[in-house]
Amino acid sequence: MTATLASPAPPTDDRRWKQVEATMRRNGFTRHALIETLHTVQDGFGFLDDPALRYVAQSLRLPLSTVYGVATFYHNFSLKPQGRHSCVVCTGTACYIHRAQALLDHFEQVHGLSDGQTDADGNVTLLTARCLGTCGMAPAVVFDGQLAGDVDEAILDERMKEWTTS
Amino acid sequence: MNTETLEEMAAKERAAASEIPVRLNVCASTSCLSRGADELTKTLNKQLRTAKQTKQCKVRSVGCMGLCAKGPMVEIECPAKPADDPESRQLLRGVTVEDADELLEHAMSGRKFERLDWPTDTPFFTRQHRIVLENSGLIDPERIEDYIARGGYAGLVKALTEYTPSQVIDEVARSGLRGRGGGGFPTGIKWATVAKSDGDRKYVICNADEGDPGAFMDRSVLDSDPHRVLEGMITAGYAVGASHAYIYVRGEYPLAILRLKRAINQAKRIGVLGTNLCDTPFAFDVEIRLGAGAFVCGEETALIASIEGRRGTPRPRPPYPASYGLWGKPTLINNVETFANIPWIMRHGGDALAAIGTERSKGTKVFALAGTIVNNGLIEVPMGITLREIVEEIGEGVPDGKAFKAVQTGGPSGGCIPAEHLDMPVDYESLVKAGSIMGSGGMVVMDETSNMVDVARFFMEFCKDESCGKCIPCRVGTSVMLDLLEKLCKKEAAPRDLELLKELCDVVRSTSLCGLGQTAPNPVLSTLRYFEDEYESALQPADEHGYALPVLQHT
Repeated sequence: MTATLASPAPPTDDRRWKQVEATMRRNGFTRHALIETLHTVQDGFGFLDDPALRYVAQSLRLPLSTVYGVATFYHNFSLKPQGRHSCVVCTGTACYIHRAQALLDHFEQVHGLSDGQTDADGNVTLLTARCLGTCGMAPAVVFDGQLAGDVDEAILDERMKEWTTS
Repeated sequence: MNTETLEEMAAKERAAASEIPVRLNVCASTSCLSRGADELTKTLNKQLRTAKQTKQCKVRSVGCMGLCAKGPMVEIECPAKPADDPESRQLLRGVTVEDADELLEHAMSGRKFERLDWPTDTPFFTRQHRIVLENSGLIDPERIEDYIARGGYAGLVKALTEYTPSQVIDEVARSGLRGRGGGGFPTGIKWATVAKSDGDRKYVICNADEGDPGAFMDRSVLDSDPHRVLEGMITAGYAVGASHAYIYVRGEYPLAILRLKRAINQAKRIGVLGTNLCDTPFAFDVEIRLGAGAFVCGEETALIASIEGRRGTPRPRPPYPASYGLWGKPTLINNVETFANIPWIMRHGGDALAAIGTERSKGTKVFALAGTIVNNGLIEVPMGITLREIVEEIGEGVPDGKAFKAVQTGGPSGGCIPAEHLDMPVDYESLVKAGSIMGSGGMVVMDETSNMVDVARFFMEFCKDESCGKCIPCRVGTSVMLDLLEKLCKKEAAPRDLELLKELCDVVRSTSLCGLGQTAPNPVLSTLRYFEDEYESALQPADEHGYALPVLQHT
């Protein structure tokens, strides 16, 4: 008699889990599907919480430690919920030359946000990226997925005002 | 697919293009899109439809034209006029939606649009030699027909139908092409090693994890001409005997990923990807893998670990991936730009590439010019050109009357080259001799306001953050070096700290496991070599052993 392991049920009946399952199935539930699967979870839910990591680990038959290790190794995966809006400041070399640090200092001093933090109301998450590859428009910032170039403090303040009051 | 059908497709496409008297080529690369190129394309199309002029003028989305800081770029092209007529093309910069009316009026009447004109007889354009970027800015990256009309996939069909795999490798070896990812390993030798390795399955991997800050060549090639990279990969697969390939792209490049996906689907549709390519038994398949934000994954063994779904940590070599790579199988790993050279080599022959460049560095190199320089953007120059020509002629120097101080090449693994070495030729060996490396092609120009100690601190912070933590010299060494550099920046360091920093440079360089750690001290070493006075002037007074004197507190 062969023992068959039942596939685990998704943590909730949210429809987004169907996509996660589809990614795993496309890769034959093998261990090399792990990063692709975590990408799908992150794209769908915005972050990776404990139930999600457990579900992925069980489905791919991987130790939870391995899944946690991979999830914390790569910068793109976040284990904390993100704000409704995101602001990614590029800190590549060209942006460094064009004062990207001043933008981050400005965030810290005026808006009380440092890298990786979300404000108390859950409105905005501040992130940094290691070069967005758009050095011609330094300093570059991505506001909610929209790339903006030659950003200064005034543009940041305007955007923050828009996001925190709406 | 064979040569005749390919030529038929190309002829059909060229005929269709010549029927339209005016074409407006709008740059649809990342930078220009974010400056409103998309909106401009929509407006132009709408106005043409309203004026019922869609037969006279066509708006096309094309790849990067190079001058990223002046975008959105638009080119007015009159295919009916001969290509060598200077009036057949006009380049415009900074075209916004408000300029749409005026642009259309000038394009339709054939008058020159003086206000936004950007001259193309400047060194920025005339000094370039385009091989990898030959189609960039001329074709619509989302249409395979455009690529084919410019001779695309002809090299692949030629390789598959007329060459044996070993003849393809010979051709690549004869070209003298060296790895464009930074290491500079001869591509022909790498291919031959993989071809000779025993294995029931072999893999081809394209490294598009362009992590160096200040470099955007690979993004631009994938944004502007994705089929070129695919063609190079398929040719490589045929040469080494692989049937499956992965292309590992940074998650930060959404547009490149989208265009690659489309390119793969189109290539499958016309039969240059799939099974029985060109009626031969050869089958090839390409899959995209997304990076998740780890600089160390640019290292080949870490990249393989990441494709296998693990943490991206490198392992000691040998065995090299050429004999023991992805899932233990022989694997060929090349960079985007290396693969992008292959179609040209197959079409023009290896000797044609070997005729360009210097004795030991053949062909051209794409550089991303950024920092404090007038012409920010993407250039492709023959190897052996001097740094001065790149910075002062092509880049037109430093803006706002400031003085040039240094140019940083090779990202966090490279170094800063000062003004006195500007007459040095750009090739793999000369750059190493000057304390830097070729790297993947980022060139960041710094003016007199840059503090070189802080520049070294910036790169060390990067290396410390990106160290994977597997080996101690890199994990702890970069961290301690960063502390020392921070102390120097705050002017709190003593001579002993500087000595320790120099010692650590040596230890980290000689004992780290992979390239990240081995090259992490380079920015410090090169700034120490050329700008030691800046380090010296940041020091505190010290006792005879080099330790800082205690600060007397008055109570």
